[in-house]
Amino acid sequence: MSLSLPLPKSARLPALLLAILILAVLAGPLLFPHAYQLPGSDTYAPPSTSHLCGTDLNGRDLLLRILEGGRISLLVGICGAAISLLIGTTYGLIAGSSGSGVDNSMMRFVDILYSVPRLIFILIFINAFNERLQLAASNHGWDWLVSSSRLVILILSLGFIEWLTMARIVRGQTLTLRERSYVAAARVLGEGYWKILWRHLLPNMTGIILVYLTLAIPSVIIDEAFLSFLGLGVQAPQSSWGSLLAEGAASINPLKGAWWLILFPSLALLATLLAIYSLGDALRRSLSR
Amino acid sequence: MLRRLASLPVVLFCVVTITFFLIRLSPGGPFDSERKIPEAIEKQLLAKYKLDGPLMGQYTGYLRDLIHGDLRLSTKYRNRSVNEILAQTLPVTLTLGATAFLIAFVIGVWLGSFAAARPGTIAEGGALALTLLAISLPSFVLGPLLILIFSIKLAWLPVGGWGSPLQLILPAVTLAIPYAAVIARLLHDSLKETLAEDFVRTARAKGLSERAVVFRHALRVAILPVISYLGPLAANLLTGSIVVETIFHIPGAGGFFVNSILNRDGFLLGGVVIVYCVLLVVFNLMVDLSYRLLDRRIRES
Repeated sequence: MSLSLPLPKSARLPALLLAILILAVLAGPLLFPHAYQLPGSDTYAPPSTSHLCGTDLNGRDLLLRILEGGRISLLVGICGAAISLLIGTTYGLIAGSSGSGVDNSMMRFVDILYSVPRLIFILIFINAFNERLQLAASNHGWDWLVSSSRLVILILSLGFIEWLTMARIVRGQTLTLRERSYVAAARVLGEGYWKILWRHLLPNMTGIILVYLTLAIPSVIIDEAFLSFLGLGVQAPQSSWGSLLAEGAASINPLKGAWWLILFPSLALLATLLAIYSLGDALRRSLSR
Repeated sequence: MLRRLASLPVVLFCVVTITFFLIRLSPGGPFDSERKIPEAIEKQLLAKYKLDGPLMGQYTGYLRDLIHGDLRLSTKYRNRSVNEILAQTLPVTLTLGATAFLIAFVIGVWLGSFAAARPGTIAEGGALALTLLAISLPSFVLGPLLILIFSIKLAWLPVGGWGSPLQLILPAVTLAIPYAAVIARLLHDSLKETLAEDFVRTARAKGLSERAVVFRHALRVAILPVISYLGPLAANLLTGSIVVETIFHIPGAGGFFVNSILNRDGFLLGGVVIVYCVLLVVFNLMVDLSYRLLDRRIRES
């Protein structure tokens, strides 16, 4: 249970950076005057004191768009990773505790999924089922789902492909833990299979599971940005860092380089990924010590 | 090994089935457009592209065609078969992917062993920090940034396109960098573990130079986790090339893939997915085989 201890020293800086990023994304957009929300006449304006990161092709303030896009990116990252955590942990626990026959075939399945371009199937899946979900939602009168059906389906499907690493880690951990004497003792006492998993194995893995969450969240954020960059993920009026980057990339040309449209969304994504990865690195090192 | 070989057709069958039903069950047909086509013509079109009749019949018909190596016709690029389109675009994607693969492997192995051979130094810390930075730069971030720097500010390299070796540099580097970092980190960790083992101490005691110890003895064993990562790496590169081809305007299969989703061009979409999966499954089999050979040789010696 390493995480109930205070953070190791090397983890403080990334944790602080991450906290600032999350705070900026949540509270930042509230600080802007209402006029900044609307398209302005000042299109493709370079960074200045009134628009710190410049403006986009509709004259909207880029900093505000980055902060709002960050809400979507982080939301997808955290929710998607939570789903992958749930699936991966359950799968790994069952594989690791079920004896070699079941274990082998379950892990073989994971191997196969690793070597298949999963993101490509997700692309097809999202585009195949988005309209159906929208239709079903409007039939039931769930208005919130109609407007954000793409986001919901994105989160679910990314959660469904990013659980593989988690499953491997948990399975490996289960294999070592189940040989411990306290597990044998619990078995002798006649505790059931599920109770042993839940009461004895899982609590001893929370540290390592949380550390690997720092790998899952960036993976989901990157996947989402990948899909949105191709125009197949988050769509207007919503935007994420991926779709902002796509707009930036579309606007590069040698004559009028709107470099800020690429640089600032890149920095936002880079800072977030770097903060989470180095947090994970620091935690992993303190855990293996 | 034979069991793995036997699982190949099963995996491919699943891939084909999932792809087919995902595409056919999505709402909207390939011929839906703003203007309504007369019913008779639509019927004829559906018959030409074998999209008529019950779904199961269509599915078995598609399977039969696939077994004969026929990926059918594209519904968007009329009169061109999917085989034709792939024959033109796949070599482009594979050249890009293979170049990126080599770059990722060479840089990754070099940087990983560089860092692991200098434990506790600033060089090791710096190399590891560099890999962390590189992992946080996915291709859709790195690509536009590299274009901005090397093509527009410095004007050293072309912005995009395909054909000359110069045009290959930026996209291949963009695609390779994050995965080079992953390989470097994998190798660094496993090499450090290996360097602490007995046979390495023996090699050092024989008076071999540090270089020879790392490269001739330890690396052979430590490379194994990297080898088993090559399969997932190939899958990631193939997926990543979709984005890189879009950024650099490269006429590869990835661009056709994205368009085929937007155009509901089912057989083209299916063709790309199926060919990608065949390539990956075969590649994984080769990786598996070489892993076993390496592993056995190491255990015997």
